[in-house]
Order: sequence, then C-alpha cells, then structure tokens
Amino acid sequence: MILGIDTSIGTAVAIIADDGAVLAEIVSADARGHAEVIGDLIVGALVEVRRRTGAGARITAVAAGMGPGPFTGLRVGIAAANAFALGRGVPLVPVASHDAAALARVTRLAAPSGAASVGAAPVEGEPVAIVTDARRRELAVSVYRVEGGLPVRIEGPRLVERASTELLDLFGEPASALPETTAISAVALARIALARLRAGEPLGELEPLYLRAPDVTLPATPKKVGS
Amino acid sequence: MTAAEPLVLGIETSCDETGIGIVRGRRLLSNTIASSMAEHARYGGVVPEVAARAHLEALQPAIEAAVAEAGIALGDLDAVAVTSGPGLAGALMVGVGAAKALAVSLDKPLYAVNHLVGHIAADILTGDDVEYPTVALLVSGGHTSLLLVRDLVSDVEMLGETMDDAAGEAFDKIARILGLPYPGGPEIDRAAATGDPQAIRFPRGLSRASDLAAHRYDFSFSGLKTAVARWIEQREAAGEPVPVADVAASFREAVVDVLVTKALDACAQHGVPRLLLGGGVIANRRLREVALERAAAAGVAVRIPPLSLCTDNGAMIAALAAELIASGAAPSRLAFGADSTLPVTEIQVR
Ligand SMILES: [Zn+2]
Repeated sequence: MILGIDTSIGTAVAIIADDGAVLAEIVSADARGHAEVIGDLIVGALVEVRRRTGAGARITAVAAGMGPGPFTGLRVGIAAANAFALGRGVPLVPVASHDAAALARVTRLAAPSGAASVGAAPVEGEPVAIVTDARRRELAVSVYRVEGGLPVRIEGPRLVERASTELLDLFGEPASALPETTAISAVALARIALARLRAGEPLGELEPLYLRAPDVTLPATPKKVGS
Repeated sequence: MTAAEPLVLGIETSCDETGIGIVRGRRLLSNTIASSMAEHARYGGVVPEVAARAHLEALQPAIEAAVAEAGIALGDLDAVAVTSGPGLAGALMVGVGAAKALAVSLDKPLYAVNHLVGHIAADILTGDDVEYPTVALLVSGGHTSLLLVRDLVSDVEMLGETMDDAAGEAFDKIARILGLPYPGGPEIDRAAATGDPQAIRFPRGLSRASDLAAHRYDFSFSGLKTAVARWIEQREAAGEPVPVADVAASFREAVVDVLVTKALDACAQHGVPRLLLGGGVIANRRLREVALERAAAAGVAVRIPPLSLCTDNGAMIAALAAELIASGAAPSRLAFGADSTLPVTEIQVR
C-alpha cells in the first residue's frame, strides 16, 4: 500500500493498493489550513482502509507531492510525508505535483469530491500543459507529451508570466488562457510512486520545487536617524 | 505508557533552530539541534522563509540523530510533542506537519505545547528540584518576556513582554550599526569586554515613573537603538572616533539593567524569591553576572539552565509534554495549527 500526500494546492491524501486500486482518498480544497487538516486527513485515510479491508493499512511507501505550490503549505505535506515514512521505516518517494496532475488528466482519473478534471481529452503525441497559480502574476507550467497513453514531462516546471505569450506556438493560446489545475490527485501521486518503485528507479532528492529563491529583503545600510 | 516517566520526542521549529529532544520523564536522553543561523548571517537577522526551508531539510536527520543518541527506537516512544506557537508561522508549520504525521504513523498521542512555557520546562531537565512559584525572564532574538509561573502545567501568567524589538534583536541591530557581524550578542559581548559600561548613559526603556503605571513589566528597546545610533552619528559628524568598546559596554549595560531591574521588581511585588532565566540571550555573560549579583542582594535565588537548554530546543518541548502527561493531561486533538501569537496561558493546545 502506498500513502500519497500533496499540499501544493489544497490538502490531498490517498492510499492505494499494490495493484494501484484506490483504497482511500480524502481531500480538503482549502488553500490554507494545511497544517490544521493534515493529521485528521491521514487518520481518515487509514481508518477508511481498515473499514474496507478489515485490517490496518500496511503502508510500504509514502509519496510526497513536491510542488510547485505556495511554499508554506507545500512544506506541510512534504514534512508530513517525510515523518510518516520515517515513523514506519518505509521509503519516501518525492513526486512533482504537476506529474500527478498530468497523470490524472491523461488517464481521465476522476477527481475527488466531484471536481471536474481539467481540459480536453489528451491525444497521443500531443503536448499537454499543466498550469497552476504561482502568485505574483505568474503561473507554474509543465509541459508533457502523451506517449503510450501516459504523460512524459518534456519541460518544466517553470514560472511563466501570466501575460506571457511564450506558450502560444505550442498550444495556440497564451499561458493565461490554458486551463488551470485547481486540485492535485493524491491517487495519481501514489501511482507514480508505485511505478517508480516497481521500475527500481532512484527515488531522487527530497527537494521542494520552489522555483523561486527565498524572499528576503536585505537590510539596508543603517539609516540615519539623527537630526 | 508509564505516566510518571513517559518517553517523549519533542519537535521545535518556531524560529531558526530545528530542535529534536527526547526525554524519559525528567531525564534528558537527547537534545539535538540543527541551526540555520549561519544562513541568516548575511541578512543580519532571521529570514522566515530561509528558516522554514532549513527546518524541512533538517528534520529527518535531526530526528534520526536524536533517536540514535537516545538509544531508542521510534516505536518505543510514548508520545510525540511539538511547538504550536508562538513563533514564525511558516517555520512552526513544518514542525506541526511533521509531528502530526509522525504521531499518526506511530499511533502515539500528540501534545501541542507552548514554546515559552517550554523554556520554563527546560529547567526540569537539570536534575534539581524545581520550586514554584517562580518568576521567569525569557530573553532571545524572538522574545523578551517576564512570566509568573505558579504551576508549570496549569498556571503561567504573562507579566510583561517587549512592545517592539526582542532583546536579542536589539543586540543584532546595534552590532550592525557598530559594523560587527551577526549574531550580535556574542559580538557585542566581545567588543564590550574592554569598554566602560558607565561611559555613556543610554536610556532605559519603559522605566520612567510615567511608563511604569501601564508598563511596569513591559520592555522596549527601539528607543535605545535609536539613541545609540544617534550618539554614534553625532560623534561621526563631529569628526571624532567612535569608541566601539564603550558604546557596546554602555548599550549592553542599558539592556541588562532594565531586564534585571524589572525581573527583580516582579519577584519583589509578587513575593517570589525565585528567578529563572531562559532564552538564548542568557548566553550573555554580563546579563548572568548582573542578575546573580543583584538577585543575591535582593535575596532571590536564580536558576540558569545550561545554555544548550536555554536556546530554542526540542528537549524543553518534550519535557513540558512529559510533565503534562504525568499530570494526566489528555493529548491534543489533531486539528490544532501553528499559532504565531499563542498566549502563554495556553500551555497546551487541546
Ligand atoms: Zn525561544
């Protein structure tokens, strides 16, 4: 069983079986309050697994959504995924949150709590853009190509100004006109981790996709205060 | 669990130290601290986003190091504890997220506790019998608070706190004005060693009779900072050299004087002959010296935990939770958040 946790937009928690089947999925769409809800959501998912299977969840790996997303919320999920994995002594698999959004989109994975999956049905060989809000009039964009029914990331994630026309060539539309992803599927996140573990791929660094240097205002040289 | 001697892991991420502590009851098993102080040095103060990023990186190695040092397995724990506040919101949230998931993962109770009361709890780990009531003076780069502790787990009162900068911040800012590196405390101490503390009479904030009515136990260091800056400017304008040692010594004396005066005033007014010092600024040698000297004269017993327990750390958080457990307190519900302004009366967030 794999536990998936993502807090790059709302808070999404899911547990999938070793064949990828969904055992539990709980989300909070609230773009704040990640720290408040994370514990109860994980408990809720564990309880759901017990209810469905009659036994406690035997989590064998944890998938962490690494963003991009607003930093403060994003870190809550990564810290939680990391600590849960540590507590159970199981591997932690960092996954780009956009990758989960792309997989959900391409495989037409039903979004939790009725939220419609975003965008037209992807076509084999065609590019797919995953676009999320990055604040400060910018979008975080990753570009995928559908190969064998699965998304392969060919670019990003990177920041693009909302007003920019640089994606016009690829999509016929400016970045701001592309459909924005408003929820990340923790099920898709866990499935990506499952595939990576199966393939024996290296799990990668636990490095959040901040895409921006820390916001620091360097203290000015001491101001004159005297008269 | 053994209620009297629970095995608790505490997580502290309220400022720039990632602290993981493990205690068994009142016995300290590990006090592991990863600091991001060096990363803040070039900014001259703690940058919240830099601190939060560092916490996320430091958590797992710090937990592993603490567990190894304590010679336990995570599964042996009776409970997990975490700082809910006060502190930097983004930094606190890293610890809260991790603590919740760790507790759920291990199926152990979680205690969300108050950082300031944690500083008081640190004293328990020194092994001596701690007596209450006590006045507590907590001084760091993040807070300057005067507390009356009648009972560690049930009755802590905020007598006063800083209205502007924390004392540690004042040290950092004056160090910068004097061209000394960050963190300012040790640098000012070094520079002051050869200076005359009486050379310049800098103002004592909120110490005039007119201030005392409303702010008897509150602190203010921004006026002092301005006064020091102005004094230096006037010297420079007159083309005279700045006597760095004298300025540092006189500034430090002003800070120390007001801290100790108000703390001992609180002891006298409340009839409490005990004063506990905590927080990173306690590292300041002059502060300890003056506090011990004047407290002795006033018949007040001073307690100063070792510095590793005075600076922000996870052991104090674990110690406070262990006391709460021993007193029969129920675990916190999982819905608590990071509260950057958590009042000191909220010893545990239920
Ligand atoms: Zn502190």
